[in-house]
Amino acid sequence: MLDQAREAWVENSRMLGNPSSLHASGREARRVIEESRESIAADLGVRPSAVIFTSGGTEADNLAIKGLFWKRREVIAGAPVIIASPIEHHAVLDPLTWLAEHEGAVISWLPIDAVGRVSAADVEAAIAAADGRAALVTVMWANNEIGTVQPVHEIAAVCRAAGVPFHTDAVQALGVLPLTLTGIDAVTITGHKVGGPFGVGALIAETNLGLVPVLHGGGQEREVRSGTLDAPGIAAFAVAVHHAVTQQSAHEARLRKLRDRMISGVASAVPSAVLNGDRADRLAGNAHFSFPGCEGDALLMLLDAAGIDVSTGSACSAGIPEPSHVLLAMGVDEPTARGSLRFSLGRTSSEGDVEALLAALPGAVERASRAGTAARR
Amino acid sequence: MRVVAAMSGGVDSSVAAARMIEAGHEVVGVHLALARKPESSRQGSRGCCTLDDARDARRVADMLGIPFYVWDFAERFAEDVIEDFYAEYEAGRTPNPCLRCNERIKFAAVLDRAVALGFDAVATGHYARRVDGPHGAELHRAIDPAKDQSYVLGVLEQWQLERSLFPLGDDMKGDIRAEAERLGLLTANKPDSHDICFIPDGNTAAFLSRRLGDLPGDIVDAESGEVLGVHTGTYAFTIGQRRGLGLGNPGGGGEPRYVVDVDIDTRRVMVGAPERLDVIGIEAIKPTWANLPLAPEPVAVMAQVRAHAIPVPASAHFDGARIHVELLQPIRGLASGQAVVLYDGDRVIGSGTVDRTHKRP
Repeated sequence: MLDQAREAWVENSRMLGNPSSLHASGREARRVIEESRESIAADLGVRPSAVIFTSGGTEADNLAIKGLFWKRREVIAGAPVIIASPIEHHAVLDPLTWLAEHEGAVISWLPIDAVGRVSAADVEAAIAAADGRAALVTVMWANNEIGTVQPVHEIAAVCRAAGVPFHTDAVQALGVLPLTLTGIDAVTITGHKVGGPFGVGALIAETNLGLVPVLHGGGQEREVRSGTLDAPGIAAFAVAVHHAVTQQSAHEARLRKLRDRMISGVASAVPSAVLNGDRADRLAGNAHFSFPGCEGDALLMLLDAAGIDVSTGSACSAGIPEPSHVLLAMGVDEPTARGSLRFSLGRTSSEGDVEALLAALPGAVERASRAGTAARR
Repeated sequence: MRVVAAMSGGVDSSVAAARMIEAGHEVVGVHLALARKPESSRQGSRGCCTLDDARDARRVADMLGIPFYVWDFAERFAEDVIEDFYAEYEAGRTPNPCLRCNERIKFAAVLDRAVALGFDAVATGHYARRVDGPHGAELHRAIDPAKDQSYVLGVLEQWQLERSLFPLGDDMKGDIRAEAERLGLLTANKPDSHDICFIPDGNTAAFLSRRLGDLPGDIVDAESGEVLGVHTGTYAFTIGQRRGLGLGNPGGGGEPRYVVDVDIDTRRVMVGAPERLDVIGIEAIKPTWANLPLAPEPVAVMAQVRAHAIPVPASAHFDGARIHVELLQPIRGLASGQAVVLYDGDRVIGSGTVDRTHKRP
């Protein structure tokens, strides 16, 4: 966590009050929350009333998707259609499949191109094809695995013209890309991706969207989200968001330089490596490669042993490795998808880290390709 | 050494991993995912292979402070163990899938992968002893006779044994549980696993029938040739089986009847008196040797045909293709497809797959 965020957290953890209470300590806690809300709203250029605190990105995505779906179902005749990209995070994909299985939603999956990008024209076509039954559109701001940045403002414009609400998961984008939220109906952000605490996030959504609640109870957040709020966590979250937004361009420039060094270094250290996603228009801290003939899990283990943390994409809760749904949706075959790794750079990454990776990678790839045939024939 | 500790999520492999760390090795915990869609929690007497077990294994690795990974061998397991299981039953033989898994997965595919990734050995929680003899690694029975698993490891060849470690073979199961308690491992009181891991309810006949379907045939008295009843598939019958024949009243003299033969071509299941089950000679194929091969001249051995069968004295030799075993004491009920493991005292000589049996003339 960022030092400033941790200080805010520790400082505010001394407070006794429940922000829902009317007494003095309660008022003090509520003041911290409301100031945090105003701070985040100012940083993101929205009204404070649009900031709905949640327990993180997953809850914010669930609230946006289910809340919008249930609201829109009231006015749609027939089975409501949700238009989505197939490369969303599981916090979006799983609510979609749940709504399809249990609530009669029809999911219209958007095509993506070879770098994993959705086009606004395809969104427009999908809305037209839904024939008045489009309930909402959800497309992430930038992909967490391959880093591809989506044309969210073009999509937002298409949605607005058609009168269909648009949600975007901006968890990966906050702090790395400049975020202009104008014209976007609902935006998911979370604390731990920007040096804030785990377990605190927000859905940015104007009150007039009429979201139907997912969590029922005390109605603490505009009657849309219930649950006693975590004032110290929210204070730290606000500090982290402020830092993310004010430092964004310097942070992005630093990451981009490191990342480009990493991409060119990997290309020369392991000539067979294939870069996935768009070379230029991707998250500054992201690089994603396929290593033909290697198992990503074996590479991960070998790099782990060399002190380098990388990720193979999506791992299910039991850790049974699954090929990345993002790569599969991009048309990558399963063996190649299994032989792929994501290298993420962040606030604490240094040139030394990149050099350590480049030193360890060729040997790891060589070993992993030897192991590659052991698990599969 | 750099050691992969295979961690099923049970007490034995947990302690095996802990002992490898205590012995000063550089240990990485690996859980083998053998099912594409594992059950989320335990059923019956199983103690491995569910998501709960994977989590238990991970938690133990955390407590021991070692890295932990899940290796996906589901595809290999489905091909080499489950498909083989169906095919063997379909062909009228009785396979042992645990043995097959050790032979093809745990001490082959997993071992190969570990070696390719730079490890020196794989350690498991099997109860057996690896002894360094004058001709390299030897496999011996565990100290605890009730837990000894040398039979299911009897298919391992020398190159596999050289890279295998069995840290539990010198101890009694009770002591292993006590050690797990002492180490504070959450798996200390988990029940032992018994059943075939991919048949959670233990109903092998139902499992086979879902895949192989109905293959009806007659149940025939081996003595008289009289048709006593019908069955829905020969795969539900194993030589030596007494229960589940569905014949109502016992045979002529009120004696229990056993499956004495299964004819896959006519789908006839022959039943008869237990004396018809007595096998006095075995011819086995697919030989494996733990160390030096069996001699071409008959030598005195002990022969074991099931994981928990009592070994019987025998004379055995290897003619270059088949193992010939002359049993000095008959074995009641032996089906082709079963493995016979030969011992010299506590030492495993090797194994073969039963191809033909000889009965008393």
